[in-house]
Parts: sequence; C-alpha cells; structure tokens
Amino acid sequence: MGERTDKWQGGILGWIDDRFPLSSMWNDHLAKYYAPKNFNFWYFFGSLALLVLVIQIVSGIFLTMSYKPDAERAFASVEYIMRDVEWGWLIRYIHSTGASAFFLVVYLHMFRAMLYGSYQKPRELIWIFGVLIYLCLMAEAFFGYLLPWGQMSYWGAQVIVNLFAAIPIIGEDLSVWIRGDYVIADATLNRFFAFHVIAVPLVLLGLVVAHILALHEVGSNNPDGVEIKKHKDANGIPKDGIPFHPYYTVKDIVGVVVFLIFFSIVVFFIPDGGGFFLEHPNFDPADPLKTPAHIAPVWYFTPYYAILRAVPSFAGTQVWGVIAMGAAVVILFFLPWLDRSPVKSIRYRGPIYKTALALFVVVFLVLGYLGTQPTTSGKTLLARIGTIYYLAFFFLMPIYTRMDKYKPVPERVTSK
Amino acid sequence: MRKIILSFLMLLPGAVLAAGGGVHLDKANIDVGNQQSLQRGARLFVNYCLSCHSAQFQRYNRMGRDLGLTDAQVIDNLMFASDKVGAPMTIAMTPADGKAWFGAAPPDLSLIARSRGVDYLYTYMRTFYVDEARPFGTNNVTFPSVGMPNVLWELQGVQKPVYKTIERDGETHDVLDHLELVEPGTRTPAEFDQDIRDLVAFMAYVGEPIQLERKALGVKVIIFLLVFLVVAYLLKKEYWKDIH
Repeated sequence: MGERTDKWQGGILGWIDDRFPLSSMWNDHLAKYYAPKNFNFWYFFGSLALLVLVIQIVSGIFLTMSYKPDAERAFASVEYIMRDVEWGWLIRYIHSTGASAFFLVVYLHMFRAMLYGSYQKPRELIWIFGVLIYLCLMAEAFFGYLLPWGQMSYWGAQVIVNLFAAIPIIGEDLSVWIRGDYVIADATLNRFFAFHVIAVPLVLLGLVVAHILALHEVGSNNPDGVEIKKHKDANGIPKDGIPFHPYYTVKDIVGVVVFLIFFSIVVFFIPDGGGFFLEHPNFDPADPLKTPAHIAPVWYFTPYYAILRAVPSFAGTQVWGVIAMGAAVVILFFLPWLDRSPVKSIRYRGPIYKTALALFVVVFLVLGYLGTQPTTSGKTLLARIGTIYYLAFFFLMPIYTRMDKYKPVPERVTSK
Repeated sequence: MRKIILSFLMLLPGAVLAAGGGVHLDKANIDVGNQQSLQRGARLFVNYCLSCHSAQFQRYNRMGRDLGLTDAQVIDNLMFASDKVGAPMTIAMTPADGKAWFGAAPPDLSLIARSRGVDYLYTYMRTFYVDEARPFGTNNVTFPSVGMPNVLWELQGVQKPVYKTIERDGETHDVLDHLELVEPGTRTPAEFDQDIRDLVAFMAYVGEPIQLERKALGVKVIIFLLVFLVVAYLLKKEYWKDIH
C-alpha cells in the first residue's frame, strides 16, 4: 500500500469501506446481485413479506408503548389505544391487518416455491430457513393473539396449550409449565408478551437474514427453473441476469404500492375483515368462566385446526390429531427430498404433479374453511378426506413425481 | 395461472358468507353517518340503559364532539351519571349488585355492537314478550331466559307470544310463531323500530368512535396510492425498456 497523500481520498464512502464492507455489501446484495430477468407475478411476495415484517415491527413498537400486559388491564389498554391514543386506532389496525397480510403473503410465497421448484437442489437450505420462518410466524401470531385478552384470545390459547396436555405421561405437567398456572392467567399473558415482542422476533429476524444470505449465495430460481449461472458473458455476468437494483427495486415498488392499496382497503374500510381478521367474540373481555359456543382460530391457522379435529381419538388418547397436525407442518421440511422431479418448474412438469398441486390448493382452502366451522358429521368426513389428501400429497410425492412425464427444459430463460 | 390467482382472491369473501346461524335476525339497516339518528340513540341510551349498563370506554365529550354537540349541550341533556364531561360513561351500580339483582352483572356495552353485531341488537331489543315464569315477567326470543327486563316497555307496549303446533318425529310441539302487540305503548310499532334503529346506530358508533373519520381518511390514502402507482409504474417501464 502506497503513502497516502490525501487522507480523504475516496471520500466518506472510502473511509467507511476501509472499516466496514458497505460498498461490497451493497454490490453483493443489490447492485451486482444478478437476478433472472423473467420473474413474474409470483415473485413479488418475497419482498412483500419483508415489507410486512417491517410494518409489523414498527407498528408493534408503537403498540408496546401503550399496551399493558396485565390480565386486569390488557383489554382496556387495547381500547385505550383505539380511542385515546393519537392515531392509536390506525396503528392497531395496521398491526392486526398486518398479521393476516403476513400469512397471506407468506402462503403465496410458499406456493410460488412449489410452482417453480424453488426448494430443489441447490436451494434446500433456503427452503428450510423459510419453513423455520413460517414456524416462527405461527408462534408469533399465536402469542400475539392472546395479548388483546378477549374471549377468543383466551379460549384460543386455552385450546392450543391443551394440545400439549394430550401428550402422554408428561402432557399435564407440560401444559401447566407452559401456562405458568392451572388456567390461562396473568402469568401466561406476561410470558406470551415477552415471547411476542422480543424472543420470537429476534429469532425471526435472524432467520430472515439467513434466508436471504442463502438465496444470494446460490442465486434466485425463476419461472423456467433453469440456472442462469450456466450461461455467463465475458465479464462473468449471467446472460439472463439483471442487477437486482435498480431493475427489481423499481419493479417491487409497483408491487408494494398495489399491496398497500389492498392493505389500506382493509385497514380503513373493513378492519375486522368480516370477523376473520378480528373475530367478533374477541370484543368481549376474557372470561375464564364462560366458554364461547364456538371456538375458532384466526383464518391462517384453520387448515391445521381442521386437521387436528379431523383425526379421531384412538387407544384412549387424542394425541393422534396433534401428531397429524404436527406432521402436516413438519413434512414441509422434507419437501426438497420428497420431490424426485428432474425438472424444477411446473411449466415442464407432467399432468400428474399439475393435478396433484391444483388439488392440494383446493384441499388447503377447503380445510381452511372447515376449520372456521362448527363440526358436523358431514364436515368431519370432508375434513378427514382433506387430511388424508394433504398428507398423501407429500408422503406419496417420491412415487408420483417419478412416474410423471416431463417436457424438455430450455437452456435459457424464456421471455414472458 | 390466472385461475390460481383468482381462486386465492376468492378465498376471503367466500369464507365470510360462511358465518351466522341460529336465531333469525332482522336487518338493522342503521346509518352511522346520520348525526340526528345518533343523537336520538344517545338520548335513549343515557335515559334507559346507562343506569345498569356502563359504556366505560366512551367519554362524554368525545361523544359530543362526534355527534355535533357542544360540551354544554352534553352536560345539560345527556349527562346524568357523571359530573365531568371528560369522564367515561361509568355507572354507580357495582357488578356484585348487578349479579345479586339480575342473576348476572349487566355487561359493559362499549363494544357490544362489535361482539354481537348490530342485527342481533336490533332484533334482541324488539323481541321481549310476556312470560310470567320469569322474575321480571318478560322473556326474550333472541336471548331466551335473559336476566334483563323489557326496559322499553313503556315505548313499545306489551307483546304476547303466539304459538303454532308443528309435528316433528311423530310428536307435536308448540313452537313460537310470532309476537303480538296486545297493549300499545307510547310509540307506534314503526316509530319504535326507528327508535331501536337509532339506539343500535349509537351503539355501533360507541363500539368504534373513529369509524367515520377512518373511512374519510382511507379515501384520501387510496387516492394518493393510486397516483403513486402511476408514477411507480412509469418509473418501472422507463428502467425496463431495454430488458428483452
């Protein structure tokens, strides 16, 4: 290194770059991160999930300033936010709508991965980090839903914590340990608050960073499922790649604005989402002595709730429903190895997988609907068929993806 | 592909239709934007409800502001249970007293329109009938064996149940067919329905005082976003014109 004649050479950026990899991070993740040029509609939901995460953290911080995690005062403090805190109603509706938006966006993001085989080699770890994020999100939503301390908060938490009580031998003690009391009570509210505002978000943020780092290590998949890194120009830049910034930043802004329009429609005009984003019984304060006639979780949990209820108790225990529900989530981790397809994208897959995936979407929606409904024998039968299909879709995947007919995959990405 | 997107968009509204069931509810058809209706509802609420039921999250002066009334008007006409215009609508009766007198403490009504729905309240308030078996001599079709007496009987008059006989599983049952007004009140049935509509509109307002401003702000926000969408789209087009 030569003698420096001007200590300000390189300006402020140069000064920082000598001490912190600012320029190289900017280049690695934005300006010189080459993404395939053929992203379509489904590729908006990754950046939108990041946007909703930021929305939830910022609105959550402001809610925390006025909310009281105390069984005597929690319900009233939410109404205090709704009525007496300046703009409190807006912050609260943004946060409650954001919870539903988060799941909607993440479900669509996961479906994109299933459409285009984004979990396949070499992106298995991205997928696994993603499923972990999804698990964290479920925990975050569950802990957060207790905080308003309404009837559904209370009894929903009661139902979920009681799932642990179904575990043989240790179940009862375990559920008491989780609650910190024999019923859902002040101790439960306080610890759920701690998990909701710090423990789970910390893990969530770390996982999001890992998810994006892993993505940028191997590069993005695309609707054709071809590796753009196979064809590079003289400068080593993928021929079908374009810098994420500015191309996808300006494109994602369009997606963000469209998303915000739908988000605003809910926040300003139907903040309770017709009883699906804010359930009506949750406007009654929690009452340990009064069980609501019908306990339903929020819509984003209902497919799994339907699976839980669909499985009959057997050998004197109800643990099988819990196992089936757990399996329905955990099986997602194994997706990269269950899928034996030689191609990634649905565009080049055969009729078997296309049919199986379309049916899976229908079954997921039907299970979601059934989870909101009181059980009848007909609905339970439907939920059982749905549960079997849901699990068979994954467990039989190694067989039917090998039987399918595949079309030849192009060398380069195709234009839209 | 389009079909898949559409099917996702269909998910929510489809599910909304699934709610409901139970007793038949009449449509309340309230208009929360009608200040006169809200003012009449407020008058009914403070005169007939706000001695057993509180609305502990609703402040008097906030109600006045939102309903187009001055603090002085609120103090003179609508404040019987408090002496501070900034105070919330609380009551002197304790929950323990309420439980002793009515069998269950009368619930706080701040959020009743949000938890039960306006159609429920509208139907409930109009379906009291004479039932000598009950402690206060009245029962309710929408909320059977409710602890609350028909507080508005003076206005509504007295209703008697008319039963019809139906056959089910080879046995005959007497079921309620309709309610019949046997003793008129000071209001005609049409006037009384409108009174209840006003009262329910007021309860809907109390459930969420911000709702009128919320929608007005939402229109502005969405107009801004639509303009921004045009700009963002043109920016995207400009950057992407060389990408083929």
